[in-house]
Amino acid sequence: MMSQHPATWGQPTPANSSFNQFNTFPLPQTQRGQSSHAHHGPVGHTQQPLVTGTSVLGLKYDGGVMIAADNLASYGSLARFRDIQRLHPLGQHTLLGVAGDMSDFQWLKKELDALLREEDALALTDSHPSLSPKNIYELLSNLFYARRSKMNPVWNAVLVGGWDKVKKESFLAYVDLLGTTYTAPTLATGFGAHLAQPLLREAYEAKAGIDGNGPLLTKEEAEKVLEDCMKVLFYRDARSLNKYQIATITSEGVDISDSKSADTYWKFAEGLRGYGAQTQ
Amino acid sequence: MTSIGTGYDLSVSTYSPDGRLFQVEYAGKAVEAAGVAIGLRCSDGIVLGVERLLHSKLLVKGANRRIASLDEHIGIASAGLLADGKHLARRGREEASSFRENYNSPVSVQILSDRISAYLQAYTCYGSVRPFGLSSIIGGVDKTGPKLFCIEPSGVYYGYRAVASGKGKALAKTELEKIVNKYLDAEQSGQGAGLTCREAVDEVARIIYLVHDDNKDKDFELEMTWICQESGNKHRPVPDDLLKSAEEKAKAALEEGMEED
Amino acid sequence: MANINSVDISRLKNGEVNLGTSIMAVQFNGGVVIGADSRTTTGAYIANRVTDKLTHIHDRIYCCRSGSAADTQAVADVVHQHAQVYTSVYGAPPTVSTAAALFEKMCYDNKDQLSAGIIVAGWDKEAGGSVYNIPLGGGMFQQPWAIGGSGSTYVYGYCDATYREGWNEQETVEFVKNTLALAMSRDGSSGGCIRMCVITKDKVERHFIPGNELPRFWEGKEIIGSVGGNGQQIGVVA
Repeated sequence: MMSQHPATWGQPTPANSSFNQFNTFPLPQTQRGQSSHAHHGPVGHTQQPLVTGTSVLGLKYDGGVMIAADNLASYGSLARFRDIQRLHPLGQHTLLGVAGDMSDFQWLKKELDALLREEDALALTDSHPSLSPKNIYELLSNLFYARRSKMNPVWNAVLVGGWDKVKKESFLAYVDLLGTTYTAPTLATGFGAHLAQPLLREAYEAKAGIDGNGPLLTKEEAEKVLEDCMKVLFYRDARSLNKYQIATITSEGVDISDSKSADTYWKFAEGLRGYGAQTQ
Repeated sequence: MTSIGTGYDLSVSTYSPDGRLFQVEYAGKAVEAAGVAIGLRCSDGIVLGVERLLHSKLLVKGANRRIASLDEHIGIASAGLLADGKHLARRGREEASSFRENYNSPVSVQILSDRISAYLQAYTCYGSVRPFGLSSIIGGVDKTGPKLFCIEPSGVYYGYRAVASGKGKALAKTELEKIVNKYLDAEQSGQGAGLTCREAVDEVARIIYLVHDDNKDKDFELEMTWICQESGNKHRPVPDDLLKSAEEKAKAALEEGMEED
Repeated sequence: MANINSVDISRLKNGEVNLGTSIMAVQFNGGVVIGADSRTTTGAYIANRVTDKLTHIHDRIYCCRSGSAADTQAVADVVHQHAQVYTSVYGAPPTVSTAAALFEKMCYDNKDQLSAGIIVAGWDKEAGGSVYNIPLGGGMFQQPWAIGGSGSTYVYGYCDATYREGWNEQETVEFVKNTLALAMSRDGSSGGCIRMCVITKDKVERHFIPGNELPRFWEGKEIIGSVGGNGQQIGVVA
């Protein structure tokens, strides 16, 4: 067999390389040019997150659900963008809180906004109900799982908070880049899952009990717990910022707060000396 | 239509000897059979209205709407074949959405109308297709203000202050001209602002009731949407209470007109 | 048999010309000032010491490029073409936001094969002067000021401390000039001259600061020469 390679044109090909010169498997061998994919290398995938957002917290309370996230987009350890919003409303009764890659987040926003815009346009002619938080959550979990299965994940962990108009109850669920999904009355992503989730659960269960049958936290209590958690995260998460927002989703709709800061306490450290026996 | 039967009307890809495309003209006939559609450009937005003829008493109230949304800020009211209208609206939504995706900005009414007109025009070039049996009124509010266009089956489109198409469009246009002139005069003489959307809702309702021929036509439902400050600059149905009161006034005006006769 | 079509792209990329860079864009009332150093390197060798990194996209839209020279030029060329087509099709120039969105889409969709960090800046009728930062894997961030490239990491603090809202054109030009000079003096991959460009409704005006006329800041103390061979400094009393 003749070699088709420009550098060895016309020479006989070695026996071991004569098989499928044009990489057309599983198609039978064809003439050059008929199989364009033979010219392409493998498609590179599985990026790494570059500009990232850290934890998102979610908490159900009496009459709704709250989602909190800070305003930082990091670039490695550089606090690169300190005024971005990681809470994104979708329609009247759903809100996403997004951690992970911010370019993927912006892509996701664009896709979902386009979908909701289309839904809204169609609703004029067929007056079908708008997407519920559960609908959006199912869509996201299918999307995230499909993308990770193509070895091209959407590099985010997302909390979906909402108000279910039909069941008249709040909605809170998690989905991440692996397609992992779960739901609970308190949720947190990333560092928050380690540092804030125990605090959220403690506060939730103190009133509602382990089975969640007791009374839920009031709005004021829920906000206080979240603020405490954001403070703890600021103390202990090196990719966090003491500038955050809290979104409240109720039957009334979505409300996203102005950015705020937790009061932090450092004064106790003034008298601290050395790292052991040192006294001055 | 003296040329009917000469064989030049069988395909849209064949001109008649005097340079006409009969299939395109026939498409215009499909429009003339439809209930009237009206678009009115106001100082603060756009009002669209259609006379939706009901071919059966069994129809669900409010079903088979003829005004669709193309984007948040743009609506389309079509007169002609309902299914063609649905297809065109879908195509328009795709164009609007792809513009947003590419340019991170909502499409202007002019650009969208231009794209839709190009789509319609393509259906006047091939023997294998038929032209759209539609006259489409596209209205919206973009960064340049309220804009109104009407696209014909040929693909030609013009911008309007007010426009009507479908059955009885001549009468409707006469009425619209009166309104436009009245407010144009007021504007030019510096007395009072132009026509507002709230006022236009009453006017459009009145004209549709006027144009509707009780004797010849079946019943109809009045369908109206608007894009103005009150609707958050989004394309929305005119609120029920407003629509109701507009209909009441329209009916009253009609009664009054009859007494005068 | 080696396949010419499967060259190890990562080895090719290593030899690539990189814009180890200091770039910047700052918005002011009525326009923007953009600026960049002029150094292009392959490894430690300065391939070009008078590069122009301020790239024309449209009449009132420019971009500053950092990362691979080949990648960013290719992307800028495509967006430039899009902007031209946009103007002839729609009869009006694209907004800065639209140009930035075109950049963002290319950078995001091809994030696996591109190394491009781009700042898009310019003036348009709707927003006036505006600045968009498009970092390495895509994403679009509007900012009153943006810095980029390897040199930028040394001057974030300076910019945070110095920038004020409400500056006029001249104050903004000074800020860009000083920031770039500081970045260039600390970053080995940046250097040469400063090129700046003021973009407003009425003009696109170039400013050039030659490499020997850069603003100078603290550079360590002067080293006093010594006479005598054993390294002992004269006049130093033991």
